[in-house]
Amino acid sequence: MDNVKPTRTGGRWTAIIPIVVVALLVGAFAKRLIDVESGQDPALVQSVLLDTPVPDIDLPPLPNREPGLKTPDLKKEVSLVNVWGSWCIACLSEHPLLMDLAEQNHIPIHGIAWRDDPSASVRWLARNGDPYKLIGQDPVSEAAIAFGVTGAPETFVIDGGGIIRYKHIGPITPDVWANTIAPLVEQLRQ
Amino acid sequence: MKILGLVSGALIGSIFALVAYAVEPDEMLDDPALEERARVISQDLRCVVCQNETIDESNATLAQDMRRLVRQRILAGDSNEDVLAYMVDRYGDFVLLRPRVTAQTLLLWLGPFILLVFGVVNAARYIKRPKAIDTPGLSPEEMAEVDVLIQKTEGPDQQ
Repeated sequence: MDNVKPTRTGGRWTAIIPIVVVALLVGAFAKRLIDVESGQDPALVQSVLLDTPVPDIDLPPLPNREPGLKTPDLKKEVSLVNVWGSWCIACLSEHPLLMDLAEQNHIPIHGIAWRDDPSASVRWLARNGDPYKLIGQDPVSEAAIAFGVTGAPETFVIDGGGIIRYKHIGPITPDVWANTIAPLVEQLRQ
Repeated sequence: MKILGLVSGALIGSIFALVAYAVEPDEMLDDPALEERARVISQDLRCVVCQNETIDESNATLAQDMRRLVRQRILAGDSNEDVLAYMVDRYGDFVLLRPRVTAQTLLLWLGPFILLVFGVVNAARYIKRPKAIDTPGLSPEEMAEVDVLIQKTEGPDQQ
């Protein structure tokens, strides 16, 4: 075996490249898992409409509930715009919170009755309570697309000048209200 | 073989059957050229409810309303880029299924080419590297010894 020269060993440092790549991937996946777990799902994209004026809308009212909802209504005071529908199960779960806010007269909540049969909207409000100041019907998603809505419920915080300041995707939980929306509303009122 | 052909034909057919489109007849524009443009645009727009379907394929009601809006914009005289820009203004780049080249997406676009160059360079180095074991040839005495050994192992059953 004296004649056998050792195998060429140059470039062995490259052997760590796969390990580094795998470690980076594991890190990236772990970060994403932790984000989703802690409620920061990157699939829930934050709206590009933040800090821009509310879009132009002029929505018709529900039967016997004049007037509807139009853009100038959103430029008077800090308000919430809640996208809902009688078909939307998750809307029902945030409804008690909206009712509480309305009873306390905390903040005007406007509703967009999205893709709903008007009589179904009316029946739903009669059964569950009506927390809304103004409601506009949006039968063909005209306002929903203008607001960049991806599903119901979604809630926008609008400042006194009619600028969109926040969008919450999904039902407003007491936690979201207390820790995110309520402080923002206080801040916008100053 | 005929049965195999039929079965594989049916399988291939069923794959294409999955690519069904959700556009309903009453949504379509009368002008076939404009309708074709609407289809092309719709295939670049993400259904924001279902997220991994185009609005052309999705049966979600919001996708249907977005398709209708695409056609309205076309009738209003928008170019294809105008329509896409209209959606991006409301939903962000997320709504585009073909990401635009920006600082954020540069790695996405260039990544495959970077990996390809990396692979080619490594393959070239691998092919050109010296042979792993480089031994001097056998001496004449050793060759003779080998010949003897070969003679020994070649039994009568060979040849």
